[in-house]
Amino acid sequence: MSIYAYVVAGWLLVMGSLGIVRSRNLVHAVVCLGIAQSATYVLLLGVGYQRGAKPPVYGSAPAHPSLHVMDPVVQAMTLTDIVVSATVTALLLALAIQIRKRRGTIDPDELTAIEG
Amino acid sequence: MPVVDHGVADLAPIAVAAPILGAALLMLLGRRVPRLALDVAALVVAAAEVALVADVFATSTSGRVVTWVAGWTPHKGYSVGIVLVNDPVGAGAALCAASLVFLALLYSAGYIDSVHGHFHCLMLLFLAGMVGMAMTGDLFDMFCFFELMGAAAYGLTGMKVEEESSLQGALNFGIVNSLGAYISLVGIGILFAHTGSLSLPILGRDLAHQRPDALIVAAFVLVLTGFLVRAAMVPFHFWLADAHAVAPAPVCALFSGVMAPLGAYAAFRIYWTVFAPVVPVGDVRRAFLVLGATTAVVGAIMTLGQRHVKRLLAYSTVAQLGLLLLALACLTSQGTAGALLDAAGHAGVKGALFLIAGVLLDLYGTMDEAELFGRAARHRVLGWLFVAGGLALAALPPFGTGLGEAVSAEAAVSLGYTWVPAVFVAVSAATGGAVLRVGARAFFGLGRRPVEEDGAPSSDEEPDVHLRRVPVSMTVPVVALLLAALATGVLPGARSAAERAGAYFVDHAGYVSQALTGAQAHMAVHARANWAALGVGLDVLSALLAVGIAAAACYGPRLPALLALQRRPMRILRAVHSGRVGDYVAWLMVGVAVLAGLVGLPLR
Amino acid sequence: MSRPLRLVVFAAGAGGTAALFLLAVLDMPPFGSRFHPYRNHSVPAALAHATANVVSSVNFDQRGMDTLAEESILFASVVVVATLLRKTDDEEWRKERRGRVLDSTLLMGWILLPYTLLLGFDVVAHGHLTPGGGFQGGVVLGTGIHLLYVAGRYDMLRRVRPIRPFEWGEAIGTGAFACLGVAGVLATGAFLANVVPHGTFGTLLSAGTVPILNGAVGVEVASGVVVLVSAFLDQAIGLETAPAGGGKGGRAGNGRDAEGGGNR
Repeated sequence: MSIYAYVVAGWLLVMGSLGIVRSRNLVHAVVCLGIAQSATYVLLLGVGYQRGAKPPVYGSAPAHPSLHVMDPVVQAMTLTDIVVSATVTALLLALAIQIRKRRGTIDPDELTAIEG
Repeated sequence: MPVVDHGVADLAPIAVAAPILGAALLMLLGRRVPRLALDVAALVVAAAEVALVADVFATSTSGRVVTWVAGWTPHKGYSVGIVLVNDPVGAGAALCAASLVFLALLYSAGYIDSVHGHFHCLMLLFLAGMVGMAMTGDLFDMFCFFELMGAAAYGLTGMKVEEESSLQGALNFGIVNSLGAYISLVGIGILFAHTGSLSLPILGRDLAHQRPDALIVAAFVLVLTGFLVRAAMVPFHFWLADAHAVAPAPVCALFSGVMAPLGAYAAFRIYWTVFAPVVPVGDVRRAFLVLGATTAVVGAIMTLGQRHVKRLLAYSTVAQLGLLLLALACLTSQGTAGALLDAAGHAGVKGALFLIAGVLLDLYGTMDEAELFGRAARHRVLGWLFVAGGLALAALPPFGTGLGEAVSAEAAVSLGYTWVPAVFVAVSAATGGAVLRVGARAFFGLGRRPVEEDGAPSSDEEPDVHLRRVPVSMTVPVVALLLAALATGVLPGARSAAERAGAYFVDHAGYVSQALTGAQAHMAVHARANWAALGVGLDVLSALLAVGIAAAACYGPRLPALLALQRRPMRILRAVHSGRVGDYVAWLMVGVAVLAGLVGLPLR
Repeated sequence: MSRPLRLVVFAAGAGGTAALFLLAVLDMPPFGSRFHPYRNHSVPAALAHATANVVSSVNFDQRGMDTLAEESILFASVVVVATLLRKTDDEEWRKERRGRVLDSTLLMGWILLPYTLLLGFDVVAHGHLTPGGGFQGGVVLGTGIHLLYVAGRYDMLRRVRPIRPFEWGEAIGTGAFACLGVAGVLATGAFLANVVPHGTFGTLLSAGTVPILNGAVGVEVASGVVVLVSAFLDQAIGLETAPAGGGKGGRAGNGRDAEGGGNR
C-alpha cells in the first residue's frame, strides 16, 4: 500500500497521454492533457502526506509548535500547478474553438495545414 | 550568515519583474493611446531591460551574482527561499533574450497587428519568462518561468487567428510542450520526495555522495524531459517546425534564437548543478552525443527537403540545436564555451534570416521558394544579407557560429570523438547550403526555376502585413543581428567571456558553495576558445561545401536515379513529421524511454 | 503514422516510461512517512513572520517568486485568450434572444450572488489565517459574478460586466504584485521581502505583506476569471458569423479558398 498513491499518479500520466494519442477531438485532447497534469497533483500531495499529521494551519500562536503537519510546500506547489493548468487549458481551448471556426473540424487527424 | 549585498544583486530580481511591470502598463495603455506610443513604450521597457541585464552580466563576468529572493539567506546550509544565481551563462542568456526582444519589437513597430497592445504585452511577458528561467537557481521556479515562457509563446504563435496553420501550429506547440513540462514536474516531485529541497545548490550538495540508483536516474530523465522538448531534441522536436513556420517573423527570431536554446541551457544547468556528481559522466556524455548527433542529422536532412522558407529555417534550427547538444555533451568547459559562442552567433544569424524571410512574406505574400524565384531581385542589399546569413550558418569564419563550431569540434576531438567534427561539417554545410539555395533563387534568380516535385507542398500563409517597400525599422534589426553574430567571432572580449562562462558553468562545487555560503572561489580558466588551424579548416570546408550544395541544387543536373533512391527514406521521414499531435505525444514517450535507456541501462 | 502504428509506438515509449517511474517510486520514501525536511524549515519560518497559514507563507513570503511567475502566466493566458477569441471582421454580435428562465432559478441566482461575492472577499481577506487566499477567493469572486448568467440574464451580465475594467484589474493585480516586490528592494534591499510589520499572530493584521499580496492576487484572479469566462461565453452565445461570410458548413468546405483569395 505504501506506493499506491504514486502508482495512481503514474497511471494518470500514462492514461492522459494515451488519451491525447487516441484523440479524435481537440477538446478531448486538451482535457486528456489536464488528466496527465493531475498526475502531478496526486504525486505532489502524496509526497507531502504524513500519516496522522494535521493541516499546516495554526489556530493560535503555539508556544511549542508541533512540526507534524502535512508538508505545506507541496500544497503551495500544487496550488501554483493548478493555476498553471487552468490557464493553459483555457488557452488551448481557445485555440480549439478558433480551429473549429476556421476549419470546421476538431479532429486533430483531419487537420492537414502542416505536413512534412 | 552572509551579509546581504546591496548592489547589483538586487538588480537581478528587478530584471525579472521589470518586463512584467511593463506588460501590465501596456495592458492599461493598450486601448487609450495611439499605436506609435505603444511601440515606443514597449521599446523603452525592452531597452531598460537590456540595460538592467547588461549590468548584471557585466558584474557576473568577474564572479557569480547570488541573490536570495526576499532575503531568505541560508541558515546552517538550508534556506526556504528561492535563489537567483547569475553566472556569465545565465546573465548572458538573459542579455541575449532582452536584446533580441528589443530588436524584434523594433522590427514589428508599426507593422505587426498589435491587437490593442496585446502583442507587445505578450512579448514582454515572454521576455520575463526567459529572463526568469535564465537567472533562477531553483527547480520549481524554473518550471514556473518555463511555463510563463510557454504560455506567452503559444499565444504569440497563434496570433493570426484567421489562419488555420497558425492555430494548428500553436496547438501542437502548446500540447507537446505542456505535456513535457508536466513530465518535468513529476521528476521534480520525485526529487523533492527524496531530498526535501527544490534549490539547485542544496539538491546538488545533498545528492553528491549518493549512489546513482533508479530514483536518481528517473528524476534526471524526467526533470530534463520538459526542457529537452523545448530544446527540440529528436524525437521531441516535431512541434518546433510547426510553430516556427507559422508564427510572425519577429517571434520566430525569438523562438529560434533564444527560446529553444534556453531549453538546452536549462537541461545542462540542472545536470551540472544537481546531477553532475552523482550520474556517471560517461553515460550522460554518450547519451547526449548520440541524441545530439541524431537531432543534427535529422534536422539537416529535413532542411534540405523544404521549400517553405520559414519551415526550412525552422528545421535548420533543429539541426543547429543538435550541434549545440553535441557541444554541451562534451561535458567540458571547452565544449561549453564552444556551445555558448555557437548559440550567441546562431541567435544573431537565425534571427536575421527569419526577419528577412518575414520581409519577403510581407512583400510577396508567399513563403514558397518556387514562387519567390527571381521575384526579390530588386532587393539586392537584403539578398546579400541573406547570403551572408547562409554563409554564417555554414560556419564561415569569422562569424560567431564558425568560432563556436570550431571550438566545439576541438573539444570533441580532444576527448577522442573524432567523428563529431564530421557531423559538424556535414550539418553546417547542409543547412547553410539550403539557405544559400533559397537566397540564390529568390534574390538572384540563379539556376533553373524550381518545379513542383522539388519539395514538400507548402501551405498558403497570410503575410503579417502587406508591404510595398522595406522600412528602415525592419532592415536595422537585420543588420544589427548579423553584426552581433560577426562580433561574437571577432571580438577578443567575446572569446574570453565565453572561456570564463564555460568554466563557471561546469563548476559544480563553486556554484554550490557560493550560493550557500557566499564564498567567492577563485576561478581558474583552462578552456581555450580561440581560432585554431583545425577549426578554421573545418569551418572553411563546411562553407565551401554549402556553396557547392547550393550550386548543385540550382544548376546541377537532375539525378533521377539518385532521387529515386532517396525518395523512399525521405518519404518515410517526411511522413513521420505529420503535423498530428497524437503522433508527437507517442514520440515524446519514446524519447523519455530512450533517454532513460541510454543513461540508466549502463548502470545496471 | 497510421493510428494502429501510432499506438504501437506509444505503447513502446509509455512502457519504458512507466517502468522508469515504477522503479523510481520503489526507491521513494514510503507514502505517509515522516521525512519532510523542507516542511521542518518552512513551518518555523512562517511562524516567525506571524503567518498562521503556512501554505500562504510559502506562496507569498518564502517562495513569492514562483507566485509572481504564476500570476504572469495567468496574465499571459488571459491576454492570449482575449486575443484569440477577439471578434473578427466576419463576426457580429448576435441579437438578444430571450429564453424562459424558471422563477426558482432566478431567485436562487439573486440570493446566491451577494452571498458568493461576500464569501469570495472573506476567503481572500483571511488567506493568511485560514485555508484559502487570493487564488481561491479570486476564483469564487470571478465565478460568482457569472451567477447572473446562470440566472438567465446574458444581456444583464454584459451590462454589469463591461470587460475593460476587468482587463485593467488583471494588469493592476499583476503590476501590484511586481511593485510590492520592488518596494521590498527599496525598503530592505531584498526583492519581495516581507517589509510590513508582522503584526499579532492569528489576527487580521498579521503576516506582513502576505495579506497585501493575497489581495493583489485576488484582484488579478477574479478579473482574470471574468475575462476568460466572458471570452468563452461570447464565443458560445454572443457572437455569430456574419451572413456574408456563409454558415459554418460553408466555411468548412471553402475556408481555405476564402483565405487564399482574401489576401491577394
